[in-house]
Amino acid sequence: MARIIGILSLAVIMFLSCTNGPGKEGRRGKKHTITIAGSTSVMPFTEKLAEHFMIDHPSTVVDVQGGGSTAGIQACLNRTVNIGMSSRQLKDAEMVLNEIIICYDGISVVVHPKNPINGLSLKEISDIFHGKITNWSQLGWVDRKIDAITREEGSGTRGSFEDLVMKSQDIDDGIMVQDSNGSVKEIVATDPYAIGYISLGLVDQRVKALAIDGVMPTVKHIKSKKYKIVRPFLYLTNGALDKYAQPFVTFVLSREGQNVLKKEGLVGIHD
Amino acid sequence: MIKKSFTKENFVKWVLTAFALSSLLFLFLIFAFILFEGLPLFLKIGLSKIIAGFKWAPTKGSFGIFPMIVSSFLVTFGALIIGAPMGLSCAIYLSEYSGKRMKMFLKPALELLAGIPSVVYGFLGVIYIVPLVRNYLGGSGFSLLSTSIILGVMILPTIISISFDALTSVPRTYREGSFAMGATKWQTIYRVVIPSAKSGILASFILGMGRAIGETMAVIMIAGNALRIPVSILDPLRTLTGNIALELAYATGDHRLGLFSTGVVLLVIIMILNYIANFGIKRKVIK
Repeated sequence: MARIIGILSLAVIMFLSCTNGPGKEGRRGKKHTITIAGSTSVMPFTEKLAEHFMIDHPSTVVDVQGGGSTAGIQACLNRTVNIGMSSRQLKDAEMVLNEIIICYDGISVVVHPKNPINGLSLKEISDIFHGKITNWSQLGWVDRKIDAITREEGSGTRGSFEDLVMKSQDIDDGIMVQDSNGSVKEIVATDPYAIGYISLGLVDQRVKALAIDGVMPTVKHIKSKKYKIVRPFLYLTNGALDKYAQPFVTFVLSREGQNVLKKEGLVGIHD
Repeated sequence: MIKKSFTKENFVKWVLTAFALSSLLFLFLIFAFILFEGLPLFLKIGLSKIIAGFKWAPTKGSFGIFPMIVSSFLVTFGALIIGAPMGLSCAIYLSEYSGKRMKMFLKPALELLAGIPSVVYGFLGVIYIVPLVRNYLGGSGFSLLSTSIILGVMILPTIISISFDALTSVPRTYREGSFAMGATKWQTIYRVVIPSAKSGILASFILGMGRAIGETMAVIMIAGNALRIPVSILDPLRTLTGNIALELAYATGDHRLGLFSTGVVLLVIIMILNYIANFGIKRKVIK
């Protein structure tokens, strides 16, 4: 009996921690709080922007939370947050929200630095994730199974990857699934035979980004539209923003805010 | 004076009763809540398409969780294969062989083992077990084997403490009778003590299974979470709990309901396991 209660309360706590939104009117002293929640891909960049914003606007507190694109969209629809973050396009039922494109992000296909393969074609990548190519020898490397890693169903990154790379093919059931950019990167960084896809902004020397059809995922190639796996990062608002949240969005879209994003490896809207 | 203390006594009694019943209320609420959220999809899609369905693609209308049910049982039995012999041996040592001093040292250590958060187990699994399996046995390392090893260690405290209680509750006279017949210590343990404590030991295994099947965090971190039923112990797999925790953050509409349906199935499995375990323990008491 105690076991049931223990397990279920864990499930309930998990559920609550995933769905509860903060109070919109939260005040700390005389400070005003803007709450932003949603995509875990956009979150780290929003946190950076918030840090910069709060230096110039000491009376405003920007509270940034994760939860995922869909949770962010839901929270925005319910008006439990000021701004929602999404790394995928809105579905028809969600179109009542205003979209603000804050920047563009490439999705890079990454492998372990020891992997000698430097580039693959879009077709080869979709075949790997479709389960048609399962061994590195099929791509001209050692005879070893490919440890491919995808994101979980419903993730914004996965949604964009399916749209841009897989097209009509399904991601195979035998592919491993991880629930964040961070854990995909961690596995690719430690397993020499792994392949996965993560946000370009998160690529560092621990993993190796592959060229797709001969084009490296760089800011330059995204700007010139040569690199194809690109998605917009969105801020979502439900109706007009209040006078505390509006300056933050204005800051993000300003040259200063865009420069913060560019430093993180993203591509600004003005380019 | 007497009357006053009497009302105070009554007051305490009622307060304690209320708290005791509140745990029952929580159980009921959780149960009602999960059924309320999970049942609509069973009615809409059909029980067999969910429980016996092979394809899980909730955003495309497939809600089959059969591979996850199989995977959950596979890791649970894997954990039992690793945890049960170790746990039982430890319990036998503690109850039959160890001196007082050793017991004083081992018991708190085991309680500490039970108190380690599961995310720490998962982390250790990712850092040590997964690379070991990958380098020496092959595969990605995120596998049935790694998960079973970690879960096997995680269920040790449950198995040890309950088996230990079962073994120590075997009356002294049984052992003395056996020694008087000329049996050695091991013969006594093997032929007399363990058979007498059998139902308690089985209950400890089943409660250990309940712990393993309900474990979430550590499993997500090391199981690899692939949707297919594993064909070798080096293949990745996804459990029922892992499915819920992995996808809840992003799920809406039917997808979210599908996760609650997963929860309903998990609830039923755990209830059955607990019922069996309690039944086993009760039979021992009656005997």
